[in-house]
Amino acid sequence: MTTHATAQPSYLVDTGSRKGLMAWLTTTDHKRIALLYLFSMIAFFLVAMGVGFVMRLVQLTTFQHLITARTYNALFTLHGVIMIFLFVIPGLPAVFGNFFLPILIGAKDVAFPRLNLASWYFFMAGAILAVLSLFTGGGAPDTGWSFYAPFSLKTGTNVSLAVFGAFVLGFSSMLTGINFITTIHRLRAPGMKWFRMPLMCWALYSTSWIQLLATPIVAITLVLVILERFFGIGIFDPAKGGDPLLYQHLFWIYSHPAVYIMILPAMGAITEIIPTFAKRTIFGYKAIAFSSMAIAGVGSLVWAHHMFTSGMSNLATMLFSLLTMIVAVPSAIKVFNWVSTLYKGSIDFQPPLLFALTFIFLFAIGGLTGVMQGALAINVHIHDTYFIVGHFHYVMFGGTGMGFFAALLYWFPKMFGKMYSKTAIYISWFPIFIGFNMLYFGMLILGMMGMPRRYYVHLPQFHTMHVVATVGSWFLVLGLLTYFGTLLYALFKGPKAEDNPWGGVTLEWTLPSPPIQENFETIPTITHGPYQFEQESK
Amino acid sequence: MSEHVHRDDFGARLGMWLFLVTEIVLFGGLFIGYSYMRYKYPMEFHHGGAELNATLGVINTVVLLTSSLTVVLAIVAIQRAEKKRAMAFLGTTLALGLTFLVIKSFEWAAKFHHGLYPNAPHLATLPPGEQVFFGLYFTMTGLHGLHVIVGLSLLSVMLWWVATDRIRADRYIHLENSGLYWHLVDVIWIFLLPLFYLAA
Repeated sequence: MTTHATAQPSYLVDTGSRKGLMAWLTTTDHKRIALLYLFSMIAFFLVAMGVGFVMRLVQLTTFQHLITARTYNALFTLHGVIMIFLFVIPGLPAVFGNFFLPILIGAKDVAFPRLNLASWYFFMAGAILAVLSLFTGGGAPDTGWSFYAPFSLKTGTNVSLAVFGAFVLGFSSMLTGINFITTIHRLRAPGMKWFRMPLMCWALYSTSWIQLLATPIVAITLVLVILERFFGIGIFDPAKGGDPLLYQHLFWIYSHPAVYIMILPAMGAITEIIPTFAKRTIFGYKAIAFSSMAIAGVGSLVWAHHMFTSGMSNLATMLFSLLTMIVAVPSAIKVFNWVSTLYKGSIDFQPPLLFALTFIFLFAIGGLTGVMQGALAINVHIHDTYFIVGHFHYVMFGGTGMGFFAALLYWFPKMFGKMYSKTAIYISWFPIFIGFNMLYFGMLILGMMGMPRRYYVHLPQFHTMHVVATVGSWFLVLGLLTYFGTLLYALFKGPKAEDNPWGGVTLEWTLPSPPIQENFETIPTITHGPYQFEQESK
Repeated sequence: MSEHVHRDDFGARLGMWLFLVTEIVLFGGLFIGYSYMRYKYPMEFHHGGAELNATLGVINTVVLLTSSLTVVLAIVAIQRAEKKRAMAFLGTTLALGLTFLVIKSFEWAAKFHHGLYPNAPHLATLPPGEQVFFGLYFTMTGLHGLHVIVGLSLLSVMLWWVATDRIRADRYIHLENSGLYWHLVDVIWIFLLPLFYLAA
């Protein structure tokens, strides 16, 4: 264990005039803000996971006397809204981006530390509004997370407040994007050229641009829904000359790029993990960096593939189908590069690598089923079925979720200065992996058979697969609880972590665990690329 | 918590420009909606535009453009450490911004008087395209008006900060950024004028 002759306290120690909770709630330290996000998000994740668990129980028809059809509609809306807006979209940028972006580029903090804290308050305000919408007004929204017009304009449930909550969350996302772009442009350490940045920074940079360019579109769309509900401006209302299809376009102009807000930072984290455990430099640094930017660019032009059956022109459907196929290419480049990095590496098999490989496996299934849906003929067959649900869970949960869990395992010792039980993590992996595939591959099969999504009841021929999926959800929840339980135990009782437990070579591993308040005593000067391992430089 | 001595005016300006990008995209969503609807209902938009008072629209454009000029003059004055002059220019900007809002409110009041507002019984008797036109008119000028109010609030704070020497010749980035925001409000209006008032 390396010793640091430093008297400086870690960022977890209060040194200012404020102590305890108040010190945390008024902090401008990017690392503390990251932890504020982390703990609030894990709480939201566990709630939404519980909701998903109950939804699966409903499909075992014996439980239907507990949950009415109306409640079921509210549950899938709630599950979607919380998971997407409060966990998957902000997850990696807000937690690991905040914590590690400044450290990875050799900076003391982000460019606008106070704005960073304000973003967290926007996040919490949006979350509270969304939760309030469940219990006030006409009750929990029953529109699904996509708030499609005209139903969202007509339903008596509390759509306005939920939509306003999403609007406020958008602010948090945009401000974080502005902060990260400015940080990367202005605060790189001396010698930290663009192509010497760790690839996580490139992923966050691309993500931030999407946050910046796409989020305002959904903001204005949601404002229009609210104005429509209160004043009847008519833009989405066919009775007044408006067009519901316009809503779908505006919604997906944001919400498809949002998928890349979700997945790009996860890919970034995986790109950090793979070289560390293969003990060799990343294969194709520039290809990965540019593929991040390409995903951000092309990914902004594919939104209408959500609308192939909504009544667009044939020309439009064909163009969007083509663009959808093209966006798979940069993602495939990344997968190719990760696997090539592992090839002939000296692999040190550790829990973060296990979850990173799980990410690659599950994301590949999610990506390939996505290409299937990009084909027009198949799309018509599987539109609005469980196939779609299975597909986006493979991408969002198998991709972003597993990326999040891998990143948490990788950086947990650095963030908290504690080490977790690797055995317990390995044990938690088995039910997660088995349960995940029973649940979501089951959904893919159900979708191919013709089971429509969002239905409260199902025909008898679907019942067997529904049982398989539901049993899978039990395994999955069991595994996730073991995973979080292991980390929670480590937080309090874990042994002290080394400064560099994995033998990583990026800047965060040169710091003590946990890092000191302003990260670096002296700002380092960078003389080489991010992944130079010793045996290679010889 | 240690005090941040780090200061980066270029970074602050970059951040502001990025924020302005989000504002433009925000209005961009509305412009997409407008383009689509105008393509769908060219005649109705023509008739809707004829209902608006183009003279007042043009006067408001002049008012807003002049206020953008006075903001720039205020910044130049502060760079030359002419505090009194900077305050005078900022005061003029605020007065012009308020004038804009007053004229705008007269226009809105006239539309309400004629029953040309969303959900009005009279508007419901007009063709669907015109209903959409007025829905967009109120949404877009309303959102723009909201930005005028935000801009005026920002500039009022700036005026106070100039008065209390928080903004000085060696430190005026906040005034500069507020000025940028005010120009954005101006630019958006320059698009709204032809789209609505000159649509006839």
